[in-house]
Parts: sequence; structure tokens; C-alpha cells
Amino acid sequence: MLEIKNLHVRIAEDETEILHGIDLKIGAGEVHAIMGPNGSGKSTLSYVLAGKDDYEVTEGEILFNGKDLLEMEPNERAAAGVFLAFQYPIEIPGVGTMTFLKTAMNAQRKARGEDELTTPDFMRLVKETAQRLEISMDMLKRPLNVGFSGGEKKRNEILQMALLQPTLAVMDETDSGLDIDALKVVADGVNALRGKDRSFLVITHYQRLLDHIVPDFVHVLSKGRIVRSGGKELALELEEKGYADYVGEAA
Amino acid sequence: MASNLASENRRVETAAEKALAGHFDAMPADDPMHEIRSSAFDAIRQAGLPHRRVEDWKYTDLRTLLKDVPAPAAPGDVEKARAILAETDPLSDLAGSRIVFVNGHFVPSLSDMAAIADQVDFASLGRFLADGGAIFDRFDTADPAETPILALNSAFMSDGAVINIRQDAEIEKPIHLAHLFVGEEAGLQTLRNLVSVESGARATIFETYHGPDDLGYHTNTVSQIHVADGAQVRWIKLVEDGSAATHLGMAISRLGAKAVFDPFTYTAGPALTRNEMRMIMSGPHTKSGIRGATLVRDKCHADFTLLVDHAVPDCESREYFKAVIDDTARAVFQGKIIVRPDAQHTVGQMMSQALLLDEGGEFDNKPELEIFADDVICAHGATCGEIDEDMLFFLRSRGIDEAEAEQLLVQAFLAEAIEEIGDEAIEQVLEARTRKWLGMAPEIE
Repeated sequence: MLEIKNLHVRIAEDETEILHGIDLKIGAGEVHAIMGPNGSGKSTLSYVLAGKDDYEVTEGEILFNGKDLLEMEPNERAAAGVFLAFQYPIEIPGVGTMTFLKTAMNAQRKARGEDELTTPDFMRLVKETAQRLEISMDMLKRPLNVGFSGGEKKRNEILQMALLQPTLAVMDETDSGLDIDALKVVADGVNALRGKDRSFLVITHYQRLLDHIVPDFVHVLSKGRIVRSGGKELALELEEKGYADYVGEAA
Repeated sequence: MASNLASENRRVETAAEKALAGHFDAMPADDPMHEIRSSAFDAIRQAGLPHRRVEDWKYTDLRTLLKDVPAPAAPGDVEKARAILAETDPLSDLAGSRIVFVNGHFVPSLSDMAAIADQVDFASLGRFLADGGAIFDRFDTADPAETPILALNSAFMSDGAVINIRQDAEIEKPIHLAHLFVGEEAGLQTLRNLVSVESGARATIFETYHGPDDLGYHTNTVSQIHVADGAQVRWIKLVEDGSAATHLGMAISRLGAKAVFDPFTYTAGPALTRNEMRMIMSGPHTKSGIRGATLVRDKCHADFTLLVDHAVPDCESREYFKAVIDDTARAVFQGKIIVRPDAQHTVGQMMSQALLLDEGGEFDNKPELEIFADDVICAHGATCGEIDEDMLFFLRSRGIDEAEAEQLLVQAFLAEAIEEIGDEAIEQVLEARTRKWLGMAPEIE
């Protein structure tokens, strides 16, 4: 599904290289976790996958279902099935959440050559999904993420993911700012979406999230390189020992 | 001394000034309004059109911007106007009554005030002009030497709406004052509205201006408004004159005690626009939300100039203006709040914000607070920026293409001011105007 080869990335503005050659393969239906200390390049990787133009790829490639992902605009990536759950979801005053959801869903459908959703179909879909994620319709009447608590914003991200049905979901520190109850709701939302055709790349600093979203593979990212890969037990080991070993090793 | 004399005589010197003098001199001298008109036009003869060295006109130099002024327009084709109105009326079925002017002349056959006839008195201005304009004494005015728009209006006014909303009237649906310019020949339409809202009455007035693109016609419109004690008035002005048109507008209002007056000025279209608003709060516990949205592109120039006079204590004014500027267009906001020595406990909150869609655009912002009382809460703020890249990326990452994401963000930017109107049906009308300006489909459900 996703193949990252020798990916080198720098910040466009000051040319600081953040990622120094990442190799990662994610198969259909797999859940991969990327763990690492602050500043290791985790968020950079997620932004590069989604197509944020603050970053420049200087070497390497990313193939998504065989296609060159780096050649695609952010909206084209979304229509092709890539979804980024933001670490800090953006507040957009003046854009109603429902308007946003409908515009996004229909834009993707249109890009894929599908018919646009009718309003009743759209409403039904949103209501059902929102209920599962304990999101009230009142919340959805507000402008996008405005006045939402941290937990509400994250649940709103999962709602978008559930409605847009991506084939690759990249989750950037989705656990940050969540209490344990909110974490469970979010994790249940993600687990409900797991399936043989949908892959996840879960980026996190802490092992805690991985108790709830159990990964198939865990990778340790440090100073812009994947320094170790293993199964889910690697996360537990990190929880116990911390990142000290890896920070040293990469330096 | 010779040069002094020469400069005195050279006030009327640009093509537009000469055209105005010619049009004025061609008006009949036996008009009962002649004296009022002449003394107003003398202000123009003496000072010429305002220019950048006149502080109030620093950013809108009419001497440079006005290339010509067409002659007063002949009445337009009523059937053509009927068809245009049916096709383009932004209010569709929202209004409960309608007063229609075509090329600056009242058209009874397109107007309908029947639904509110028992609560509202209406006459066109024409008959009051015929008896010499005694009615003007009942309304606040301004010195024509300081207000060129008013001076030109007094000189050339041809018609307008005289409206009296009776005590405690409750007018649920907006009263639509529709102004259409029709025809293929440019002309000058000059309108004067006199509106008095008696105590305790509630009403919404919705003014619209529409005309053909690529025709250099001129609109000059002045409204004198008196809002009596406890009355509540919402006043929406939608300026959608054609792409080559000039729109000069002014509203002079006086607010009584415990009155609520919320004007919203939405401008999208004309090549040159200047809207001025002067408001005096003359009774305590009055509230006013003065808001506006300006959308300009190409080489358009749109100016909003505001003067709010807090003359008495315990009043509240909120000023909130938004401008969207594309290409090499220019928007101007000048907002002055005066708080008189007695006007303790005044609250005045002014904010103006511009969104630049292109590096070639310009926003000139001039807030002025003149505060002579010591127990007041007054603030002003201004921002000028581009589309937020993070917001744009967020929307794109959800599959929305760049153009549509930008449109959503422009709408969102304006919505912050529009949503303060507090009437969903009216907000939807204005949001639909934004979609039209952006070239989007008419409806998002």
C-alpha cells in the first residue's frame, strides 16, 4: 500500500534536513506505529505524507498503491485515500462543521468520479457516525473546531476519518491532550475502522495509545532515522527503558 | 494677489468638475428647490471635488478617481426594470414590501407597500421637492462644505423614499428599497431618503443597488434617518452597482434613548465606492452595531468612512468591518469615534480586518478615537493579512481543492461580521452575494 524509500526531507525555509533516509513499507490492513522522542521527525513524516509544502523532499520517493505520492496535491492525496489526523486540529471560524464535512466528502467523491451525496444521505451518515463517537449534533453546528475542547477536536478528526473512509490513515500524536476516557472513545473509533483494506500509521510519543490501538509493527524514529523495528512488544520495552539508548545510538 | 485670484477661479477645473457644473447649470432655474440646490452646489464650486490633501479624502481622491460625471439620467424602461428585478432580486421572497426606483425615479407600478400600509406611511420625495423641501428641517444634516457627497446630492437629488414607521409598529419582514439602473446610456441617479422610525417601532430596511456592468453610470444616495426612543432598526445596504459604476453614499442618523440601530453595508461590484456614515447617539442606553463587508477586485476602489458621535452617557457602539481585496484593488476604512465629555460609560469597540488575496491589493485603515470622558471602555483593532496557510492546508488535506478551499475561507472571513447581524434569513442573503462574487454555485445546503 505505502512504500517509503530512502526519504530525505528538509524544511523548505531554512533547508535544515529533518529526515535522513527513511525506509518503510506498510501493507494493506497493517497497523504500524512510529515512536520516538520529541524532535525525532515524527510530525515531519506525517506532514510530508499529507503534502504540506513547508517541507522539501531532496531524495527518495513515496509510492502509494504504486503511484508517486509526492507528485500529488494534498487534495489529490486525500481523494486517493490518504488521511492525516492532525496533532493540533485547526480551528476555522466562520466555516460550519457540517458545511465543511459535506464539502470535503463531495469534493473527494467528485475527484473519484462518483455522484455527490444528497443532503438526507449525508445527514444520516453524519448522525450515525457522530453518535458512535459521542459527538453531539450541537457540536457539529458550531464552526469547525471553534470552542472545541482538545478531546472534542480529536474526536472530530476521527469523525472525519470515519466519514471519508481513507485507505491509509496517518495519526499524528492523536493521544496528546486526551484523558483516558477520551482516549478510549478515540481508540474505539479507530479500531472500528480497522480492516483488511485499510492501513494505519500511528505516530506517538507514549506507549499508552498502543494499549488501545494494538499495532502489528513498531518502529523507533530518532534523529530523522528509523533506528529499530519490531513487533508490538517493542513498544512495551520503550515504555520501560525510555528513548535514552536510541538518542545515543543515533548521535 | 493675482495668483490668489487665479486659484480661487480655478477650483472647477477637472473634467468631472466641469461636467458637474455644466449639468447643474442646465437644471431649470424655476425649480422650487433651486435655492437649496444652489447653496449646496456652491460648496463644490468653491472647493472643487475633494482630493488627497483633504484629510477625510486622503485615500479616496475624487479629483483623480472621477474621470467624468454623466448627466442626470432619464427615467428608465419600466418593463425592462421589472424583468431585471424578477431575475436578480437578491431578496427573492424575503421582503414584505417593496419600493422601487429606476434610474433615480420612483416607479409605483413596481412597488408594493400594501402589506404594511396600516403601520408605515410612505411617499416618494418628489412631492416634497415641489414645495421647496421644508421637510428637510425635520432631519439631521451636515455642512455641505464638509460633506461633498451630501452637497452633490442636494444639488442633484431627483427622488427618494420618505418613510415614517409609526409608533410601536412591528414590521416583521424587511422593507425593500430597490434601486435599479437600466439602459445603455450612462447617467447620474441621485436619491435622497428620509426615514423616521417612531418610538418603540421595529423594522428592517433593506436597500439594494443594481445596474449593468461596463457602464459608467453614477449613483449618489443619501439617507437621513431618525430612530426615536426605544425603536429598533436594522438597515442593510447592498451595493451591487455595475463594474464600471461609481457609488457615492451617505447615511446620517440620529438615535434616541434606548434605541437600537444596526446598519450593515455590503459592497461588491462598482469600480468606485465611497460610503459614509455619520451617527449621533443623542439619548442614553442606545446601542448600535455598525458593520460592513467590502469585496473588491480588479482595479476597484471602495471606501467606508464612519463617524460615531457618543454625545450622551451609557451608549454602546460596535464597529466591525471586513474587506476582501483581490488583484490591484483597494479598500479603505476610516472610523472615528467621538466620546463627548458627558458621555460617561460609553462602550465603543471598533475592529477592521482585511484579507488580501493578491500581493497587488491595498488596504488603508484609519481608526480614530477622540475621547473626552474618563469613564469609558473604548478599543480599536485592525488586521490585514493573507489567507491562513494552515487553514488552507487543513481543508486541502480533506480533499478540497485549493480554489474551493480559498472560497470557503473568504466566506468564513466575512461570515464573522455577517453573523453578527443576528437574523439568519438576512445573513443567508448576504452569504449568497459572497458566493456570487466568488463565482460559486448559489446554494450550499
